[in-house]
Amino acid sequence: MRHGKYPFIIGFLVVPLALYLVFVVGAYLQMFQLSFTDWSGFGGFHYVGFDNFVKLMEDPVFWIALRHNLYILIAMPIVTIAIALFFAFLLNVGGKSRGGTTQGVRGSKAYRIIFFFPQLLALAIVAVIFGRVFGPDRSGMLNGLFPDSWSPWLFLADERWALLCIAVVLIWQQIGFYVVLFSAGMGSIGQEIYEAAALDGATKVTLFFRITLPLLWDTLQVAWVYLGIAAFDLFALVNIMSVNKGGPNNATQVLSYQIYLNAFQNSQAGYASAIGVVLFFLTLTFAALTLRVTRRDAVA
Amino acid sequence: MSEMTNSSLDRRTLLRRAAAVGLVAAPGVSLLSACAGSDDSGDTKQATGTKSADNPLGIDPKAGVEIVIFDGGLGTKYATDVDTPLFNKKWPDAKITYSATQQVSTTIKPRLNAGSPPDMINNSGSDIMDFGAIVKAGQAADLTDLFAAPSLDVAGKTVAETLVPGAVQQGTYGGKPYAVNYNFTVFGLWYNKKLFEKNNWTVPTTWADFTALLDKIKAAGITPFGYAGANAPYYMVRAIMTSAAKIGTEQVLKDIDNLKPGAWTNDAVLQAAKAWGEVGTKYVDKSFLGLKHTEVQLQHNQDKVAFYPCGSWLENEQAASTPAGFEYAMMPVPSVTAADKLPATAINAAAGEIYFAAAKGKNPQGGKEYLRTMLSKEAALEFTKLTKSLTVVAGAADGVTISPGLTSANDALSKAGPDVFVGYLFDTWYKKLDDASREAANQLMFKGGDAQKFCDTMEAASQAVAKDSSIAKFPRS
Repeated sequence: MRHGKYPFIIGFLVVPLALYLVFVVGAYLQMFQLSFTDWSGFGGFHYVGFDNFVKLMEDPVFWIALRHNLYILIAMPIVTIAIALFFAFLLNVGGKSRGGTTQGVRGSKAYRIIFFFPQLLALAIVAVIFGRVFGPDRSGMLNGLFPDSWSPWLFLADERWALLCIAVVLIWQQIGFYVVLFSAGMGSIGQEIYEAAALDGATKVTLFFRITLPLLWDTLQVAWVYLGIAAFDLFALVNIMSVNKGGPNNATQVLSYQIYLNAFQNSQAGYASAIGVVLFFLTLTFAALTLRVTRRDAVA
Repeated sequence: MSEMTNSSLDRRTLLRRAAAVGLVAAPGVSLLSACAGSDDSGDTKQATGTKSADNPLGIDPKAGVEIVIFDGGLGTKYATDVDTPLFNKKWPDAKITYSATQQVSTTIKPRLNAGSPPDMINNSGSDIMDFGAIVKAGQAADLTDLFAAPSLDVAGKTVAETLVPGAVQQGTYGGKPYAVNYNFTVFGLWYNKKLFEKNNWTVPTTWADFTALLDKIKAAGITPFGYAGANAPYYMVRAIMTSAAKIGTEQVLKDIDNLKPGAWTNDAVLQAAKAWGEVGTKYVDKSFLGLKHTEVQLQHNQDKVAFYPCGSWLENEQAASTPAGFEYAMMPVPSVTAADKLPATAINAAAGEIYFAAAKGKNPQGGKEYLRTMLSKEAALEFTKLTKSLTVVAGAADGVTISPGLTSANDALSKAGPDVFVGYLFDTWYKKLDDASREAANQLMFKGGDAQKFCDTMEAASQAVAKDSSIAKFPRS
């Protein structure tokens, strides 16, 4: 029944592929088309060549937003991966070795579930909750914990710290997923390798850097790309948490939010599409670069 | 080992291919372009009837009318319980299809672009559609015939003649009326009348009295003045602009709306910004920059904030959280200088809340007839009773006691006499300028009160809009 294979596969693929073509590829093509128009979002439009892109280069807010995306792109994956790796290591090989096999700290199964909780909450809900955590007066959770003699911290209303607050929330929300991802990766590393190393007198630190990390490299690479893409998004958090639309004073402005403001508020859908095109190429470049730079040909 | 290498290669290839076709890139943008497309479908058959004295708009008595109401602070009861029954009393065979939404843009915009919009639309709320763009795209019906038609229940007057001055003008874009701004809002500084009586604080009319009172309030341990920097700095913009108009007449605001060079660096604007900037540095709690309007309004209700700049919708919006010891009252923004060209009683009162008939719907005349029903005196009075908000129908709620805040606003309106001004329109015309003004107001009030910087920033933003040919311009006279 060899000839029956293809209809079978095609039968499975045709629906998702059609959906993908219409709602993703089609939408992207239209975005590229619209980026060369002056479409307001209503009615007809004219082609204006590269006008939108020229305007983009001269728009100071675009550069501010881009810079913020890049800050997050650099800092957020490093911090998230470092913390997630640390937790995953503790959960898997951080405990006392019993009967010759290494295992996680006590209660590691429960921790694994708890770490995953933030991932189950919708990002919008996380944003609302942290909006209260960072409340700028005594009713804010953190300010409520501070001693009464302190004057309240402004958090999101302070342009120096606003972006950091949003980055912290993103990291908090992401870590759980990567703890689980890395745990799975570590689980597939053979016990006998750890045992052999332990017999040779390796410490926990040596185990981590000499055995866990190299054998986890592929998973790390994937995590890096995912996190980078998340760093280019940030829309939900900025939309809900930021003071005065990506403020104060554009301190939390990011590209995805600029797309939203221009498309749906300022009636400049053509211009918003141009930002979308830039974001598209940025993300693509980032993903390609990451995969190339971190490539390690099989050592074994 | 070889197995592991294989699977990792697969994963990498998969990821690269996924990225290449854009599976993982740039989320959100695709949504935006999903609604582009067909725009010239105005040739659908539209319902019409014969014009007569009884049917001045020439509607088809049997054709249905579809309406969409924004479900927000005003509720929807006025439409379902007042306007629709009133419409059906006159046109029993015309079926009204009603729906309400909080996401106006999300639900209506795709229908406008697809050429099958509802006939009458209430464009409002945080998901409001840019009405200037709607007009430019030819999606709103010309309402000239509606305003020239006889009023439904005021004999011998056209619809336009029954409205407060400026009401038609405010819905006029490029010389033609396209919108009914139904709700009439009085702007000022709101306070708790009972708290002020208890402390013997009197309402100031000069700036010196105002700041002296703010000092007294501060000494009593209450934050004298506040607004919400996180999502409602435009309330503050309104207060600053009101002061500017009082110093130099409404012409100052007209120049601003017309994007005239030097309009923002005008001396009246500078003086107003200076006076308010001082209030910001001395009397506003810095944490308000990070608060939302609901939070500041709640603190106002709890007597933790004394003055709050807002429109007359405030009382109704806060109805559920207003305690027994709180009675809303408003005062006009005090005169900044003794040489102010408008008197201290002058106030900014404007029509707002856009209702329009879609030009490319199935029954635009029916949509207009629904608007004519809303603009009848009977419907207007019921609207005010239900929502505690005035309408643009002149004198519709006179002699009816509804609530202390509304009475106070009505009093201020009659004391102002002819010195009621419409205010500015740039915030609905030019969204980018609106955003710039919000940020500039926050900077002025929370970051040191630099009035010159406020003027310069806004002047630059205004000129940037003036130069941008992709933004439709609306002249104002």
